[in-house]
Amino acid sequence: MTSLFTILFDGVAYGMLLFVLACGLAVTLGLMNFVNLAHGAFAMAGGYICAVLVNNSGWPFLVALPLAFVASAAIGVVLERALYRHLYARSHLDQVLFSIGLVFMSVAAVDYIMGSSRVFIKLPAALEGQFDLFGVGIGRYRLMIIVICGFLTVALQLILARTRFGSRLRAAVDDPRAAIGLGINVPQVFAFTFAFGCGLAGLGGALSAEILGLDPYFPLKFMIYFLIVVTVGGSSSITGPFLASLLLGIGDVAGKYYVPKMGPFVIYTIMIVILIWRPNGLFGRTAAR
Amino acid sequence: MFIRRQLLLAAGAIAAAAAVVPAQAEETVKIGLIVPMTGGQASTGKQIDNAIKLYMQQKGDTVAGKKIEIILRDDAAVPDNTKRLAQELIVNEKVNIIAGFGVTPAALAAAPLATQAKVPEIVMAAGTSIITERSPYIVRTSFTLPQSSTIIGDWAVKNGIKKVATLTSDYAPGNDALASFKEHFVAGGGEIVEEVKVPLANPDFAPFLQRMKDSKPDAMFVFVPAGQGGNFMKQYAERGLDKSGITVIGPGDVMDDDLLNNMGDAALGAVTAHLYSAAHPSQTNKEFVAAYKKAFNNRPGFMAVGGYDGIHLIYEALKKTGGDASGDKLIAAMKGMKWESSRGPISIDPETRDIVQNIYIRKVEKVDGELYNVEFATFEAVKDPGKTKK
Repeated sequence: MTSLFTILFDGVAYGMLLFVLACGLAVTLGLMNFVNLAHGAFAMAGGYICAVLVNNSGWPFLVALPLAFVASAAIGVVLERALYRHLYARSHLDQVLFSIGLVFMSVAAVDYIMGSSRVFIKLPAALEGQFDLFGVGIGRYRLMIIVICGFLTVALQLILARTRFGSRLRAAVDDPRAAIGLGINVPQVFAFTFAFGCGLAGLGGALSAEILGLDPYFPLKFMIYFLIVVTVGGSSSITGPFLASLLLGIGDVAGKYYVPKMGPFVIYTIMIVILIWRPNGLFGRTAAR
Repeated sequence: MFIRRQLLLAAGAIAAAAAVVPAQAEETVKIGLIVPMTGGQASTGKQIDNAIKLYMQQKGDTVAGKKIEIILRDDAAVPDNTKRLAQELIVNEKVNIIAGFGVTPAALAAAPLATQAKVPEIVMAAGTSIITERSPYIVRTSFTLPQSSTIIGDWAVKNGIKKVATLTSDYAPGNDALASFKEHFVAGGGEIVEEVKVPLANPDFAPFLQRMKDSKPDAMFVFVPAGQGGNFMKQYAERGLDKSGITVIGPGDVMDDDLLNNMGDAALGAVTAHLYSAAHPSQTNKEFVAAYKKAFNNRPGFMAVGGYDGIHLIYEALKKTGGDASGDKLIAAMKGMKWESSRGPISIDPETRDIVQNIYIRKVEKVDGELYNVEFATFEAVKDPGKTKK
């Protein structure tokens, strides 16, 4: 029985991690209608920046985490201004070709600079190991992930729903032309949103190094997971991808535990079933575009 | 008239070219080295490439009057690439030997080409048993997984390990390792309480490890590809399996010297059976490790040793044939060859063209602040059990 709770806990942690990694993609894809397959590259950038800061420069892990966010967001801004914005009006095929090219470039660049073997981030001892809570094994690191990600989710939801920036963003997405007419600086809103999404990915990358492993192929290996989260969750809100991530995280972990022979297929089965039931995702707007 | 003159000229040119080519071929022996230099298996290719460079620095690039030329190709461990590159090397570059092969499917993909072209294929890394049976021109200087897996199975039974849970990657080498371990462990009276095959591209070991923990074994037998070992050991410790007294045992791939030091103290105490440890206490090995560290600023792993011994085998075979690089003569020269490698005494089995070597039981310990596999028991001259059963 206790292992059921441990599995649940691990599943939630895994799902939360998927959410932080993928929610930036949900924002660019759903809100800005831009297919950014290179999302994982920003996650990888965050992971490697954190690894270099902690392992080589001796920064404490918890200080390096926010910096992974800031640095990935900064890279995001630069690339958005320099490259991405030219493609907003282009067809989805162009966007796919462009961003997949960016993925390969990032893979090759990181392989060249950092080498191809896996990188680990040295964790403080306080975050290592498990402790028992009423007989349920709780991993300290995974607990931290849940806390950070839970906090982020609430904050994101509040920003989108309650703040002026949130309403501007929603307006800019629903009808950019009318939004410009109302005096909203749409390109600026998009640039900021894009950067924020990249920052989140960077943070997710730094957090996931311990659990998923960090190597130059990260953006390719996990692209499929990000896309599953966004398709299953629907890309019109934050709640959708959040619930989808949790569902997939728990489904994946539980599936691998209880039916190890079927392990890798569980996540895809869930996806297929949900998409047959709701082709636009759990919370998709029907025929929004 | 005009046409005839052109033809004559062309014929002359071809004759001249034909006269030049064999002359060149007599002077150099070309070795096509096909290894993964990019991709998840890149560390294998880099170690082999490094080791060969080191060997040629030490021994010079001429042997038996022939200049050795290495042509390096990157197949990224994709068998389709391997096949294409092997074909290009054999047909266009006219290489005398193909070598390398980071993973089993790559080695198998090149096998029919080796047979057809009568070109020796020196396998320096891939470890599935069947490889050498796929062509009479294949010689292996790495290892086979059954070699180390059967030994650790025997060792486990004799050392009070009764119940074992297994966690292996679901691909040919993983299945090889599992099958040969199981056979020897169960035959010796051990019991397998849990058997999990992990998908090869597996991001998170957590659920599998939880299953291991809940089955409460004395030890867990692990085989994952070299690159995943570090991630595995981290999660093993995170889940507290080290504290619940479940020892990690397995073939030594998981504890590759290349990665061991980054795994952290979680790896301490893991017992594995393998052909090579950088801590192997022989003089030959000490010199090898020192030279390798000096040249590449890194510890050599068993892949580097496979490459170093592979090029040594080629050099020695050429010496024996007096520089004759034809496939059949080289293979004949390689059969039964014996030498002292940095892993200990090894030889090429004349029957199977596979390697015969000592397998060591090692435990991860801290030596001078670094993690090493310290050898404490030796099984001498182990042939590949995957074949001898037949």
